Amino acid sequence: MPPDRLGLMTLELRGITKRFGALVANDHIDLAVEPGEIHCLLGENGAGKSTLMNVLYGLYQADEGQILLDGQVQKFAGPGDAMAAGIGMVHQHFMLIPVFTVAENVMLGHEEVGFGGRLDLTAARAKVREISARFGFDVDPDALVDDLPVGVQQRVEIIKALSRDAKVLVFDEPTAVLTPQETDELMAIMRQLKAAGTAIVFITHKLREVREVADRITVIRLGKVVGEAQPTATNAELASLMVGRSVELTVHKEPATPGAAALQVRDLTVFDARDQMVVNSVSFEVRAGEILAVAGVQGNGQTELTEAILGLQPRVTGEILLDGSSLRALSVRRVLNAGVGFVPEDRKEDGLVAEFTIAENLMLDRADREPFVRRGTLQLAYLEEFAEQKITQFDIRAQGIDTHVGRLSGGNQQKVVLARELSRELRLLVAAQPTRGLDVGSIEFVHEQIIATRDAGIPVIVVSTELDEVVALADRIAVMYRGGIVGIVPGDTPRDVLGLMMAGEPAPERGVAA
Amino acid sequence: MSTATHDPGTSVAVPVTRTDRRHVKAPIALGVFALLAVLLFVFGRRDGVATFQLSRAADVVQVPNIPVPSAPTGIVLAFVLVALSILSGWWARSGRRTPTWLVALFAALFLLGFLAWAAAGATLPIAGLLAGSLALAVPLIFGSMGGVISERVGVVNVAIEGQLLAGAFTSALVASITGSSLAGLAAAMVAGVLVSFVLAAFSIKYFVDQVIVGVVLNVLVSGLTGFLFAQLLSPNAAALNSPPRFARINIPLLSEIPILGPVLFRQTLIVYLMYIAVAAVYFGLFHTRWGLRLRAVGEHPQAADTVGINVAATRFWNVSLAGAIAGAGGAFFTLGSVGAFGKDMTAGAGFIALAAVIFGRWDPIRATLAALLFGFASNLQNVLGIIGSPVPSEFMLMLPYVVTIFAVAGLVGRVRGPAAAGKPYVKG
Repeated sequence: MPPDRLGLMTLELRGITKRFGALVANDHIDLAVEPGEIHCLLGENGAGKSTLMNVLYGLYQADEGQILLDGQVQKFAGPGDAMAAGIGMVHQHFMLIPVFTVAENVMLGHEEVGFGGRLDLTAARAKVREISARFGFDVDPDALVDDLPVGVQQRVEIIKALSRDAKVLVFDEPTAVLTPQETDELMAIMRQLKAAGTAIVFITHKLREVREVADRITVIRLGKVVGEAQPTATNAELASLMVGRSVELTVHKEPATPGAAALQVRDLTVFDARDQMVVNSVSFEVRAGEILAVAGVQGNGQTELTEAILGLQPRVTGEILLDGSSLRALSVRRVLNAGVGFVPEDRKEDGLVAEFTIAENLMLDRADREPFVRRGTLQLAYLEEFAEQKITQFDIRAQGIDTHVGRLSGGNQQKVVLARELSRELRLLVAAQPTRGLDVGSIEFVHEQIIATRDAGIPVIVVSTELDEVVALADRIAVMYRGGIVGIVPGDTPRDVLGLMMAGEPAPERGVAA
Repeated sequence: MSTATHDPGTSVAVPVTRTDRRHVKAPIALGVFALLAVLLFVFGRRDGVATFQLSRAADVVQVPNIPVPSAPTGIVLAFVLVALSILSGWWARSGRRTPTWLVALFAALFLLGFLAWAAAGATLPIAGLLAGSLALAVPLIFGSMGGVISERVGVVNVAIEGQLLAGAFTSALVASITGSSLAGLAAAMVAGVLVSFVLAAFSIKYFVDQVIVGVVLNVLVSGLTGFLFAQLLSPNAAALNSPPRFARINIPLLSEIPILGPVLFRQTLIVYLMYIAVAAVYFGLFHTRWGLRLRAVGEHPQAADTVGINVAATRFWNVSLAGAIAGAGGAFFTLGSVGAFGKDMTAGAGFIALAAVIFGRWDPIRATLAALLFGFASNLQNVLGIIGSPVPSEFMLMLPYVVTIFAVAGLVGRVRGPAAAGKPYVKG
């Protein structure tokens, strides 16, 4: 079937299957995208969206199935083939060389050369200007990519794809790194591309965006297509397709019975290595037996706040008092000894040593003290007994205590972290993004553990960018924006109010409980 | 990554003003050297006249010798140096960077003062000093070009020493047997490539730590050439270790330029090849498709992969090319200067070449200048030893390494190598 509309292309995926060992990341996925259509690929983290797109882009080879462009079966040995066939991709983590200029990044891989093999930068600049003008981007071809804001870098990625005459454009979680304004601008660009006849695949897990721009929606769960939906579908319908049952994220919990203020944070300010003030004079307190949820769009200072409490941030001013004694300027070890439990947001990087066994990870924080060590010798028998007990108690699904943590699923890894942190004598629990990337069952388990901790009379801070989680867990909610706390509101504050606060609008007068 | 002012999404936009520490480094360094100059040239002044001999007997244009009275010159220069460091400090206070020309001027004047001081009462052969510096720098420059290419493509090349040594050995052997120095040079390049193949195979295909492979290769080449030298070359020195050396070629006109002409353009083929190599590497890296892709692979291999560049192949062939260039540098030891192979004759030149790569911030031109500086420092020590200078030669020998430490410590600006150098690229 020859293309009857010049420059337009129909993409079809038939029965794409991709396995990694025993794991089936994509299970016979079918997908069709027409020119001038925005097709949303909706699914939770780990549902197999990115794997599918990497197959399409030639980065992975499918075990089964076909990729068809305008009805012709394609064989992509690498990204070069996919690009030559007209597929472009805007990667979640931009594939740009930071020390190159915009023009150099755009030309890379299909450079035009002049006399003596000399790079034709003039042509590349002209190309950048031409595409920029077409879409109303303001991109300087000679700017160093490193100096550009994230939103502009993304446009460079788009220009890069368009400069190769991409007719099918894949956006992989493009809004994860954008501010709300930049997101709106991206939506406008996508509509513009669509009007020009580009076929667009838009990968996301954010329902609002889907409903805003999608023409068609395909929902993927656990590597399988579980349904198609129209953009008119409600959030609840889409969400239930995504997670496979009607979403009941409200965990059962009794009303909090908060005691005295246990953690007091006053005028906490954190500077990062680049001299930017990332946490700006933050004050709050957490009472014993309550959960304070810290909400906000990612990158508004939440990470630095939790790290400051743990003692991981070097440049901190202000006060951090736990039960009256200062935690500030203490080493991490002393903070932990003071009774702080910490669930880091990146469990693989900061929470666990992937090459170690479950048992070894369980004693990382106290491998230097009795009863784990006696006279400088590890007490392996005791460790074994301890680890066996924790595996049962926290329902860690593994072959045994000697399984390497790197081989566990995300949910089981997080259970190992929790098991370790919760088995110390705690006076404060700080959990950052505790359920990121977990399956629903694990999420429930983690939530139950956090609530149980609260019910034991321990103050808890939960940082989450997922509003569902915030609402499910919080007794009070602190919303962060640009390093500051916009307001601290009761746990039953409506979502639309929280949404406005996450964009920097102060809380309405009603019930400000600071 | 991005400037935070535009980027509320990932970091918070509250810029903080603070005096930039980088602006203070230069005045402090200049101040220390100015103080040293005062101590040496004023309080430690030496009487007598230093005679700077600028031409050699064979030169076409004869420049008369310049007599420099040691003490007055030293005192005047010391005060100029103090003034320059104060100027630099004053600029730092008002938030200005110390410009490069000021640092260069300071260095030149300091050197002049030092030479006048050290050569008091003697004749200093400037032309011979420069020519000797270049001779010592040639293998360093070849080595550092190999280093620049290899590291720019993402493979840390600690094996430069081994490549130089392999080149030196092979060129001596092959040139002796064939009687052709050109064949010896070609063989040296092949030897460098063979060392590179091992480095490339282990680091790119099998993801072995590149530094470890490099170190092991150096030891291997040293042992292998040492063994073959003792068993094969030494007993049959006449047949196997008497390579014909390259003849000097005078470039018409250019070689008649006063002072520098004979130094630069009355040289052997291998030195001219070095000039071409530096120019080619510079042009290639920054102005051709080859260089753009090479640098992309060394900075962000995944990004290169996603635009259809074969990362492993790009790395493999460019590491091999780097080996060929370093191998040619090895040939200079036997075919360009000494005229025979000796055990471990490279004597750490590969490591100094590596230092030149870092000092030169992975830029071929800067790396060449760094290699020339190291060559100059080494030869200055030779020459001062001959004319009887008050500075112990061991102290002068230390100079290149001290310079390197300062360079790596960031005194000459931010030193940042290719982002992916040393990291194996595992697809997916």
